Amino acid sequence: MSRTVVRLRHLILLLPLFAAGGAAAGPDNYVDIARGKALTIAGDCVACHTAPRGQPFAGGLALQTPFGEIMAPNITPDNTTGIGSWSADDFARAMQDGRRPDGSHLYPAFPYPYYTKVERGDLDAIYAYLRTLQPVENRVERDTLPFPFNVRLLMKGWNTLFFTPGAFKPDPARSAEFNRGAYLVEGLGHCGACHTPFNAFGASRNDKYLEGNQIDNWTALNITDDARVGLGKWSVEDIAQYLKTGQNGFSLASGPMKDVVENSTSKMAAADLKAIAVYLKERGAAGVPASTPLAASDPRMQAGEAIYVDTCAACHMRSGEGVAHLFPKLAGSAVATQQDPATLIRIIIAGGRAAATDGFPTSPAMPSLGYRLSDSQVAAVVTYVRNSWGNAAAPVTEATVKALRARITGAAAGD
Amino acid sequence: MARRLPRKDVVIVGLGWTGSIVAYELARLGLDVVALERGPWRDTASDFNIGTAPDELRYAVRHDIFLRPKQETLTMRNDPSQTALPIRKWGSFLPGNGVGGAGLHWNGQTWRFLPDDFRIRSHMIERYGAGIMPEGNQIQDWPVSYDELEPHYDRFEQVAGISGKAGNIKGTIQPGGNPFEGARAREYPTPPLKQGYAQSLFTKAATGMGLHPFPRPSGNISAAYTNPYGCSMAPCTYCGFCEWFGCANYSKSSPQTCVLPALVREPTFEARTDCEVTKVNLSADGKMATGVTYVDAAGEEWEQPGDLVLVCAFSLFNVRLLLLSGIGKPYDPATGEGVVGRNYAYQTGSGASAFFEDAKFNPFAAAGSLGVALDDYNSDNFDHGPHGFVGGASITSAHTNGRPIRYHPVPPGTPAWGSAWKKAVKDTYQRVTYVGAQGSVMSYRNNYLDLDPTYKDPLGRPLMRMTFDYQPNEQKMANWMAERCQEIAKAMGANSTRLSRLGVPWSVVPYQTTHNTGGAVMGSDPNTSVLNRYLQSWDVSNVFVMGASAFPQNAGYNPTGTVGALTYWSLEAIFKYLKSPGALVPR
Repeated sequence: MSRTVVRLRHLILLLPLFAAGGAAAGPDNYVDIARGKALTIAGDCVACHTAPRGQPFAGGLALQTPFGEIMAPNITPDNTTGIGSWSADDFARAMQDGRRPDGSHLYPAFPYPYYTKVERGDLDAIYAYLRTLQPVENRVERDTLPFPFNVRLLMKGWNTLFFTPGAFKPDPARSAEFNRGAYLVEGLGHCGACHTPFNAFGASRNDKYLEGNQIDNWTALNITDDARVGLGKWSVEDIAQYLKTGQNGFSLASGPMKDVVENSTSKMAAADLKAIAVYLKERGAAGVPASTPLAASDPRMQAGEAIYVDTCAACHMRSGEGVAHLFPKLAGSAVATQQDPATLIRIIIAGGRAAATDGFPTSPAMPSLGYRLSDSQVAAVVTYVRNSWGNAAAPVTEATVKALRARITGAAAGD
Repeated sequence: MARRLPRKDVVIVGLGWTGSIVAYELARLGLDVVALERGPWRDTASDFNIGTAPDELRYAVRHDIFLRPKQETLTMRNDPSQTALPIRKWGSFLPGNGVGGAGLHWNGQTWRFLPDDFRIRSHMIERYGAGIMPEGNQIQDWPVSYDELEPHYDRFEQVAGISGKAGNIKGTIQPGGNPFEGARAREYPTPPLKQGYAQSLFTKAATGMGLHPFPRPSGNISAAYTNPYGCSMAPCTYCGFCEWFGCANYSKSSPQTCVLPALVREPTFEARTDCEVTKVNLSADGKMATGVTYVDAAGEEWEQPGDLVLVCAFSLFNVRLLLLSGIGKPYDPATGEGVVGRNYAYQTGSGASAFFEDAKFNPFAAAGSLGVALDDYNSDNFDHGPHGFVGGASITSAHTNGRPIRYHPVPPGTPAWGSAWKKAVKDTYQRVTYVGAQGSVMSYRNNYLDLDPTYKDPLGRPLMRMTFDYQPNEQKMANWMAERCQEIAKAMGANSTRLSRLGVPWSVVPYQTTHNTGGAVMGSDPNTSVLNRYLQSWDVSNVFVMGASAFPQNAGYNPTGTVGALTYWSLEAIFKYLKSPGALVPR
């Protein structure tokens, strides 16, 4: 890569997204393309629209939904297999209404219920940027859902029930920064697509907005301002630092959030990250109240403590304090005390890695311990971590561990 | 016929400490950098799981992360009158294999050489007269001074996060540190490791004898640390699986913990592993390198053109690559002419075991560089006049491990097997400690490296031949040091002691140390050195050679701290070279 390109890239990253929408972008409009690239990064489009080891934006990733697999399409400007033949209006219609140029319905695995809030000027900039990508010929199977979900017309009814189209409306009672954060989180950032529980129809539950959800057998945390299970202990700066570097004094991003940080938030402008943080801090708190911690004399706690001392304490410390930048703190950790213990369980069984960013490139690993800890041992140590050092959360059963292990390793739960 | 690849700005041979540092610093400038590494890729997350990293059988016995003799070995003899034979199982030293190199499997002891070490020839002659110089020696001053290297020692220590206690900050002696060390700009990045019971006995005894013990500088670090490259390290857990192992705790300074996480993010950097460089290619007049030829894992041969070739393999293999490539004139001990292979040196090890009737040393609570050392008998910190030898040793009380398979010291006279041996192992394990002296080895006319006339590697290239023995000067020095160790061991209260003298002739069989130095030494005179003071080849100006192969002779310390300092020193010169290519020192 030439040095000029490197410099240009940095320039692009530095451009804040505050710039106004303006006229529809043409491919020769450098400013809009640069802005579109930044917006595409903020939306983390590459995450879903790239297959494992595939070409960026060329689609083919199978999104796992309760209704079956949905393949993310190719959004490079290839005329036959991508969106090369789409106009800016076609693109805006897909983003805002969840409809293809032929009028057929898209599934909300493509989070148009969020994207509908994005301003037309921003959509045109994204469109302009996507037009500059190298076209990749990669035909993606569109019809992978089983009957009846393969009947796209059903989405008309779904939309009637759960989809409110329309651009973002700023709250005049709030600061411009709050509204900017709200625009990003509720719109392009589509944070709620992971962090908000679904109803039975796979729609985000507005009454539980950002209160946490399970995605791909990871816990997407409560990111309201709740002091116990949310971001209540984090300052605005803590949130912005986490999004920028993948870590702060409370937590290290792992699992799907590792990808979000690496692909998206670590490359966003500081002003936008701060706006997101202000919004998350100011919009309010909601979370389940604390349970009573289990007594240290509880046999599950005693079994868990023995495992913790032997297996976990060398890195996470006897005090649960962890090691800065490497081994997450468990004492007071919101990850540890979420109602849903999926992240704790799966990271013990299957291991994981933290995000690598320019700020903190190390990307430390949690080793997989599933090969030598039984379901009951995992349940005991997770229960111990959830109820020690001031933590308090419901105990975890062997059956919960067994079911999750089956899902993440592909083993049948009955084995 | 090698297929030719697109040109790179920089071609690096070997991706250990020196290779990864130069790769990062040059890629950061936007240069296109490729590193060619003979062994496999290794990183902490993928290769060193906490559940499997402390596997003594796999790593210490079966040498999992070391070079296989099948890949490359060398022939060995003690003196030029003998016929050298190939080493078929590595013993006295263990070359690493793969990304990280020796920086992956080392113990982590990170020393600065003493100011006198850099001008030892001049210094000894000035103080004692030419008569003190040993017979057949080729000792020479370094072409760089301690003061010139100080900022680069500092840089390496900051990158590696070294734990220690300064003894001399800007000329002011610091209590608790090494009062003999050269002036440092500042304290170590992290405080010293916690010491064990043996070290407390040693400290008390040595202090009582008027000596100056201090915690030795350690690359198993004591506290959480983030280095200038943004790479993070965790405090050592004292598990005692350092030397010959990768660290799963991010606690041992290594390319894996300190450099690679930042390096792999550089868009202009590329690593090709399982690729063995067979030759540095030269222009028709032999004055410029045009790149390298290498063979990949499939046996395919490739030519990688490059503007700058940085030879960053292990010291012995740096020398062999220069010999195979025809860079510099090979050394001939018969005439004393030539330079490549000249001044190969090693390290002495001697000391005393100390057996206690009532003690509990807990040797398993250990780290590769845990220990207390003293420098009263190192370099020229003491009067050599009465002793008639040159050089010295650092004396240390240390427990680096108490691992079950290989750590079972027993008192003299114990049978080598059977129930009496088992009983002795059980009785002794907690009650023995060791006071050791790691000493310098000077350079001599008949200790050298060249290409073997008989034996070849799988690619048909001659093996390197090592001709080496401990000379009378080193024997005298090391054995005198063993007695000093014994004095301290007795003062510690040992009920009995056992002297370990220097084993001669040098044998390739028992493990001793992987501190192989010299063979491509730096100097001020092209007739007695391969490299100028910036580690640049005198003969081929776009070739720089990093590592301990540049040491004119070895000092009484582990080499890595000085290897790191020389790397940053040379890098500073390479930055200048990039602006104005050519010889940095006129020949």
